[in-house]
Amino acid sequence: MEVIKIKGTDDTPSVILDKDNEIFEISGRSLPEDVTTFYEPILNWLDEYAENPNSKTVFAFKLVYFNTASSKLLLDILMKLEEMYENGNDILIKWYYPEDDEDMEEAGEEYSDIVDVPFEQVSYVL
Amino acid sequence: MDKHNVKGFLEFVYDFYRSMKAHEITLVYEGEITHQITKAFTSLTESNMAKQEESNTVQKKVFHVMVECLQNISKHADTFGSDDYLFAGRGIFMVSKGSEDYHVTTGNVIENRKIEELTDMLEEINSLDKEGLKQLYKQQMRQGRLSDKGGAGLGFIDIARKTGNKLEYHFLPIDETSSFFLLSSSISRTL
Repeated sequence: MEVIKIKGTDDTPSVILDKDNEIFEISGRSLPEDVTTFYEPILNWLDEYAENPNSKTVFAFKLVYFNTASSKLLLDILMKLEEMYENGNDILIKWYYPEDDEDMEEAGEEYSDIVDVPFEQVSYVL
Repeated sequence: MDKHNVKGFLEFVYDFYRSMKAHEITLVYEGEITHQITKAFTSLTESNMAKQEESNTVQKKVFHVMVECLQNISKHADTFGSDDYLFAGRGIFMVSKGSEDYHVTTGNVIENRKIEELTDMLEEINSLDKEGLKQLYKQQMRQGRLSDKGGAGLGFIDIARKTGNKLEYHFLPIDETSSFFLLSSSISRTL
């Protein structure tokens, strides 16, 4: 399956979606000029991946900032993973937040309340 | 400009400068709000705050509020005339710093027919406590579809949550069809 590898900028996150190497990660800052256009290929990739996923999928979110427009698209990604989980796949979300960033920690808690999928909060030092 | 007018204009500039100083305005802009402008203003304010050794928490909150305010204008400011595109997505944007707080203030033209809905939304947000805002945010994220302009309707809720303060707003009439909408958010420097 095709690998998605997007290098982050000061307003778009780094994205790695690599089925063979089992890396699924979104990190950095997310305030793209056009959120829908930015996230569309990622959502499409997940649709294709869902048809034949790995035996286990650990999806990492390691964001330091995202705007409200991005928050809806992040939920769309989580909902696709939730759907895969509901279909019997082994899915784990790892939500990384800088240890002093309560807002990012809380954002993770909120997403874990909304979607029904195994969700792990991981703090790290920036 | 004749000589008299030049002098008057330059005096105005000095008054303007003094007003800015008096209100501790660190950034003021009037015009179209584009993505490039948003990036430039946030990075300028970030480096100013870093120089002043504001805490990471304060820096992040100011950044959040600035982005949401700027995007509100770029996506929701209305045009003056019927289809005068020159006035779309324009407004005034201001950052000021007091001894206790940062203030992010925006102003833009909106159609009068939208005032009621906007007021209801702002009043609902201002009536909620921390937990209530959290529930509203989650509900909006789940139900709210992105509008054709890409706004998620979450910006105001996010500003109220990040600042912990009420949204201060005001409408000033322009004519029968439009008004000027002002919104000011305060971020405490002692967070």
